[in-house]
Amino acid sequence: MSTLTALARAQAWSAGTAQRVALVRHVHLAERPLVFVPLALAGEASAPLATMVGDDPDSPRLLVVSQPRNRDQRFAFVAELADVMVSYMEGFCSVAEEVAAGRDETRPRFVNAPQVVVPNQAAIGFVRLLGRSTRFRRTTGEFAVGPAVPVLGRWLTYLAERTEHPGSCLLLAATEALSRHWASGQSELEDLNLAALMGWIDPPPGMTGEEAAAAAEDPVLSPPAGPATDPGFDNEVLESLIEACSRADGDAAASSRAVAALERALAGQLVPTWRLVWRALELLRALPEGASVARRWEGDRDSFTGYAAYLRDTGLPQPRRDGAVAAARRLDWLERAQASYAAERAFDDPLAMAEYRMTGEAFAGLVVKAEPDRLDHSGKRRKLRPLIMVETTDPVRAEVGTVMTAVTRQGQSARVVSISADSGDAMSAENGPEDGAEPAGMVRIVLELSGGMGRSLTAAPGSVPEVGEWLCYSSLTADYQRPWEFPPAEETPWTHGGPPQPYVPADEDAVEEWS
Amino acid sequence: MTNTEARLDQIRGPVPPRPHNARTIAALTSNPACVRRAILDAAGVDKAKLAAALGLPAPFGQSRFAITRGNAFEQQVKANGCAELLRLLREQLGLPIPEVSYDDLEEVAGNPGLPMRHARTRQLLTRAADSGDDAGTLFDHPLLCLEVGGRLAYLEPDLIAFRLRGKFHVVEIKSFAAIDGQADPDKVAAAAIQSAVYVLALRQLLADSGHAADLVADEVFLVCPENFANRPTAAVLDVRKQLTVLRRQLSRLAFIAELVEALPPDICLDLEPDAAGVARRPAAELAGALHVLPPRYMPECLASCEMCRYCRDGARAETAALGRAVREDLGGVDYVETALQLAAGELTAGGGEEDAAALLRTAERLRLECLQAAQFPAPDFRGSHESLAAPQSLETTA
Repeated sequence: MSTLTALARAQAWSAGTAQRVALVRHVHLAERPLVFVPLALAGEASAPLATMVGDDPDSPRLLVVSQPRNRDQRFAFVAELADVMVSYMEGFCSVAEEVAAGRDETRPRFVNAPQVVVPNQAAIGFVRLLGRSTRFRRTTGEFAVGPAVPVLGRWLTYLAERTEHPGSCLLLAATEALSRHWASGQSELEDLNLAALMGWIDPPPGMTGEEAAAAAEDPVLSPPAGPATDPGFDNEVLESLIEACSRADGDAAASSRAVAALERALAGQLVPTWRLVWRALELLRALPEGASVARRWEGDRDSFTGYAAYLRDTGLPQPRRDGAVAAARRLDWLERAQASYAAERAFDDPLAMAEYRMTGEAFAGLVVKAEPDRLDHSGKRRKLRPLIMVETTDPVRAEVGTVMTAVTRQGQSARVVSISADSGDAMSAENGPEDGAEPAGMVRIVLELSGGMGRSLTAAPGSVPEVGEWLCYSSLTADYQRPWEFPPAEETPWTHGGPPQPYVPADEDAVEEWS
Repeated sequence: MTNTEARLDQIRGPVPPRPHNARTIAALTSNPACVRRAILDAAGVDKAKLAAALGLPAPFGQSRFAITRGNAFEQQVKANGCAELLRLLREQLGLPIPEVSYDDLEEVAGNPGLPMRHARTRQLLTRAADSGDDAGTLFDHPLLCLEVGGRLAYLEPDLIAFRLRGKFHVVEIKSFAAIDGQADPDKVAAAAIQSAVYVLALRQLLADSGHAADLVADEVFLVCPENFANRPTAAVLDVRKQLTVLRRQLSRLAFIAELVEALPPDICLDLEPDAAGVARRPAAELAGALHVLPPRYMPECLASCEMCRYCRDGARAETAALGRAVREDLGGVDYVETALQLAAGELTAGGGEEDAAALLRTAERLRLECLQAAQFPAPDFRGSHESLAAPQSLETTA
């Protein structure tokens, strides 16, 4: 949260409709995403009850467990789900391109990757748990399950883990994707309700966002997006339908009638959410894609390609817990990814950059003076170091000496030479730092440029900003940063529990109860 | 009966007070500054009924599937004199537990009255504390009692007080799963604060008979299903922090008397219909009475308080209704429209809000600049909430 998004929320409340907090779309949207709306039985850790799944908005596949506490039915459900999901995943594993990997080497990368879209963050938690409860299963021996079940478990676990990677789009929660682009007039907590959030963003004709969001809170008009069902529905509808299914066990005709009734009721709970997720995707698709979205999707494709290869070659399920070194490496990786994701978003989107302009980490303004031919004589060799002066009303908090880059001139770095709040003939005289944090007034910043101007002592045409150009400078960087070095797993220090036992799938994993 | 109690009884009307339980006492810690909740709880008003009478019922319900599962799990853990529980404490927590006896305090000679049961609990637990013998004893369904805001609240926990080597431990049985050693942190936090309520009540009970507080351990045993099975697992929870928080909040509630003093003399929230089945107090009258109890709504209330929708409705024009963080990011300005007017420069900041105003104006300028550059139509923020216009000067909102 920041003052900018808080203001957008206030404006949304006052206007009665959601306000944009992004000018471009920061998520990749697949041509053919797989929408997955799961429902779970209340009170259980991960007992699937029903799901609507598919890549065609007009023909969802409805899967239902008519006796959610029956282990065989549960695995039958997972096998059916695997049928849809695993074949969707594997559909992306056929066409690969070769990309450079170091000097003279290439590696394959699938030209496309899967994208699974769920309604909300809680559904991602369900994906994680369903993955956890199925990935260790065995397809032979006692308690054997269908061959696709453990494969599905591994894929689900992979997808859920990948969501921790900033900017990854392999598994998306609709509420989260929407919140990154719109501010509603309600609180973040209320935004977790997909129907209410969509009410603010896309209210039905004749309704304000506030009215639509209020209507969305009625579980009868607008069933919850899951995985938890509405307790009223559980008590008044679901319980008797499930009982009818149990009673009809053995009587084929009665059983199919009971199951059909249950399916109808559950479809009634799922269809509104199914439509909302597709509508959310439509709204997102209408936004212009951010410049770095494709690059991040390449990262997702790399990751997907890598895991598909691992699954094909080794295929061991993910361990229950990471070892110390693996966990530390992962955290380090996530931190660096977070920093570069934040920078990329700011470079792609003036509204995202405005967050940094608010805090003084970036500023934007017009070039009011330029000395494109200035040379630096201080060293042995003369160097071309043009000076420009930028005038801004942003609350600048950069210090003299800070190196910044302009969004539109990323090959060129600019060192802050002076900051002055008054009228400035600061171009030639090196003024000392003055208090530049005065927010409302005009601030003049003198910057010394280097790089991106050619090799000679006169700048290549167009390589130095001219008077009248509007520039936005920040100290953000999306550059590659070297990972921290960690010891190999077998040298894990005793402070971190010593070398971990290598993971070997155990029998107890495979036959674990699921009740 | 003290004056305060008489006033609270009058507020509630001629119905028995709704008893506190560990959940409601724990909830006191989540929004302690809310006078409305403090008074309603102290008076024992049925908040769910009140909210329904006001036309904005609480969005809470519990699925029977969850209740059934919770009960089944508890029964399983407690079956055969808590055999399963003892196994867990021995094997997983490594407690050297000798032979253990089991006492169920659920009913006293067929008399389930609360004061009787509490007396029985007190008698047995005090005797055990006095005896000083080393034998383990499990006390199931003890009925505890805690003073909340100057009133006694009976607590009927589904818990077991386990006495081992002269010390009492609280055992809390919950039906949310711990998967690979990790459970939902929100649920664990809720369980911890509820257990702390029981620890506190147990301590008070023993303190009354002159026993030291540390006779009740500040570590409680949490029992919940392991992974995806029904098999239980146990963990030790340290609730020292929760105890501190609770004690502080409960001591604050002693000020209930002062709050009540400040109320107009005739407020009444009687929800009982008269003999003809007509509500004695129409919704408008109830709302008028509630109006004098200042609420402190925040979105977190939606998860815990029965009055949440009603209070949210009343707080619509406030920045706090958009979340505490939003309020802070808007410079602590109370009303949404005030924040917008400050941002647009339509309102001059007064007393100490110049910084907030400058921040808001910068934010407004940056948003407009970006949206206009992207050729978005300038948004129209006025109009949909004319009736909720904020006070015109900042002084009145301070």
